[in-house]
Amino acid sequence: MSTTTVAHHDDHAEHPTGIMRWLTTTNHKDIGTMYLTFSLIMFFVGGAMILGIRAELFQPGLQLINPEFFNQLIGVHALIMIFAALMPAATGFANWMIPLQIGAPDMALPRLNNWGFWLLPPSAILLTLPFTLAMFGIGDGALATGWTFYPPLSVQGGIGVDFAIFAVHLLGVSSVLGSINIIVTLFNMRAPGMTLMKMPLFAWGWLITAFLLVATIPVLAGAVTMLLTDRHFGTHFFDAAGGGDPVMFQHLFWFFGHPEVYILLLPVWGFIPQILETFSRKPMYGYKAQVYSFWAIGALSVVVWAHHFFTSGMPVPALLYFMYSTMAISLPLAVMFFCWIKTMWKGSMSFETPMLFTVGWIILFGIGGLTGLVLADVAADAQYHNSYFVVAHFHYTLFAGGIMGIMAGVYFWLPKMTGHMYNEKLGKVHFWLTAISFNLTFIPQFFLGLAGMPRRIPDYALQFAEFNMISSVAAFVLGLSQLLFVYNIVTCIKGGKKATDQVWEGAQGLEWTLPSPPPYHSFTEQPTVK
Amino acid sequence: MATHSNNQYYVPHGSIYPAIISMGLLSLASGFIFSVATDKNKDLAYLQAPGKWMMILGFALILFMVFKWMGSVITESLTGQFKKWEDKSFRIGMIVFICSEIAFFAAFFGALFYMRVLSVPELGGYDVDVTLYKDFIGSWPSTGPGGLTVNGEYTPSPLHPMGAWGLPAINTALLLTSGATITWAHWGLIKNNRKQLVVGMALTVLLGIAFLACQALEYHEAYTEMGLTLASGAYGASFFMLTGFHGFHVLLGTIMLIVITLRCMKGHFTPEHHFGFEGVAWYWHFVDVVWLGLFVFVYWL
Repeated sequence: MSTTTVAHHDDHAEHPTGIMRWLTTTNHKDIGTMYLTFSLIMFFVGGAMILGIRAELFQPGLQLINPEFFNQLIGVHALIMIFAALMPAATGFANWMIPLQIGAPDMALPRLNNWGFWLLPPSAILLTLPFTLAMFGIGDGALATGWTFYPPLSVQGGIGVDFAIFAVHLLGVSSVLGSINIIVTLFNMRAPGMTLMKMPLFAWGWLITAFLLVATIPVLAGAVTMLLTDRHFGTHFFDAAGGGDPVMFQHLFWFFGHPEVYILLLPVWGFIPQILETFSRKPMYGYKAQVYSFWAIGALSVVVWAHHFFTSGMPVPALLYFMYSTMAISLPLAVMFFCWIKTMWKGSMSFETPMLFTVGWIILFGIGGLTGLVLADVAADAQYHNSYFVVAHFHYTLFAGGIMGIMAGVYFWLPKMTGHMYNEKLGKVHFWLTAISFNLTFIPQFFLGLAGMPRRIPDYALQFAEFNMISSVAAFVLGLSQLLFVYNIVTCIKGGKKATDQVWEGAQGLEWTLPSPPPYHSFTEQPTVK
Repeated sequence: MATHSNNQYYVPHGSIYPAIISMGLLSLASGFIFSVATDKNKDLAYLQAPGKWMMILGFALILFMVFKWMGSVITESLTGQFKKWEDKSFRIGMIVFICSEIAFFAAFFGALFYMRVLSVPELGGYDVDVTLYKDFIGSWPSTGPGGLTVNGEYTPSPLHPMGAWGLPAINTALLLTSGATITWAHWGLIKNNRKQLVVGMALTVLLGIAFLACQALEYHEAYTEMGLTLASGAYGASFFMLTGFHGFHVLLGTIMLIVITLRCMKGHFTPEHHFGFEGVAWYWHFVDVVWLGLFVFVYWL
């Protein structure tokens, strides 16, 4: 942002070592590191599950896994990737970077912060335990409904559904605690002189995300609670026999589920412009326009949910309303795309790994957004609904838009966090392998969906064989190339070229004024922002 | 913001309580699942007993750790760690937390409105001859599949809903009065009048307990005399889930009020420094406002 005067001590406060350091820590960097590590581990767990799916889909017919297990893998893959990989990664960055970016001594509620993280491992255990139990003959495995829990299937399902319900409860509590902490930090811990409209864009993205989480996660908690009572206590919320309605669950679920998309993306939209300005070596274009776009998208995201189930049946005026309001989201998004491109325009650009990921991200996320417009069209959606077109669309938004954005952030901030430069050549190889194999995995799925292949089915008609084969091979390349990412991160933590304080030539903002790596307690005295 | 530039923000030392609470939650949740697993799969009946023990263990762990955690917060408060800056954090945090609670209740109110305005009338609009369920009533209050069985005697619908002007009206009066007494207690705290403070808090606690007693009585009547249960269709489900979660919040609020009353008696609060008191008072007012929504939409209209 603007010029700053910084005063900080290098004080190394006492803290326990070994496992107790991590179990008890109240330090925002330690907690951020735990979030990011957890996210990386779960990224591979969820990824292994989907490689099982792609192996089965390599050829038509049933070869490797039975359909019941196939359904379980699909549902748990989605829940893990959304709640245990993407969300913790964004929260990890928030913990690491928000106090550094706004010049705060730590997060505002450090002990709560620790609880927010330590709720995650039990939730991951709850999600995956049914697989293990089934191996010992207890129950019939994890939830087999897909991540959306639609009744009546989820009311009939076995203990896997109950485990997933409670996992969602704990993950929800964790998200709400994280959000409370971030909102309080942003309102109460900014350095003197840093007004809201001087906050780094990443902080703004997270502020809107936190608002959305507080407004929608409890609704999901309520919905799955009703599911639980329908399953075990005889209520009829989702049962027409008692005057309830299974479609009501879809309304409640997607009232959370649609804002969730923006919950995953807003933090990324926050730091992407910061990466762009760094590697274009000129100030970000349209800071205010982007902040207002965040607000517009946050507000629109809670009033468009029914576009996820146009085909479930609703009155025509409702269809029209949800179609037009959904399409309206593309307006603030277009403003943001314009700002990203204009930030690079006539800049003195260089293409280090974070910038490569960012530029690739803009193009791929753009495809995700445009295919979303196609799905928002009520008439067209009748054909595309529940087909592989939808799968390809949301992987362009969530893998390209979410995970690849997070990877850009990792390469961008890793030298600041560890004090070492990562291996640039390996990073570039990682980018190209990821970008190419990602497209080879998901472009065929657009065609499969248009041709009528339904999602979540372990077998398919013969005419879909070639595209599925390409998609499966590319998915394995995509999965394996992530091992380079881990190798690069681990070697970077262990050593490597020393990073300077500013790390990148064009880097802007308070976090780059601290040494790399920053001291255990960063701003014990707050800097003044002019 | 400039005011705190020379202050040090209080960052507590490491704490093991959150991690242990999370383990307790894991034990509680999986224990619960084991104890009800037999509902869907009779072969899993042997999990019932271990499930119960896991629930007890988990609950005990959580309770003990919350007790310790709150204890260390109180110690930190009494040793003067929390100044204006930290105090403001707690205030914003409490407001956001209450907002998330409002969103939780909104889900159940949303379900009530959806069923009452959309799904029940729509189901009622179908031809009676093709209705799958015997004695299904397609208008509010819909009691769900079949009629009612009270004391082993089957009667067809309709059900008489829980009236608004008996116990619920008394409960409304109790909660509204408790909102006034806690404010009166707060005035006592601000004036540094310990007697007014403690009397006001004690009255509030008593009113909260009276509310819970009335609600227990109402539930007892519903189950034994009216045949209104959780399984009584859309009406029974929304009635018990909304009033039940509200009652649970009143219970938590009352426990918090008791703790605060004891702290008031020990003189933990000063006119300038009493966020613990105010946070609980905010929570109590929130519970009160939710009740007004319940009274209007669940009982009255």
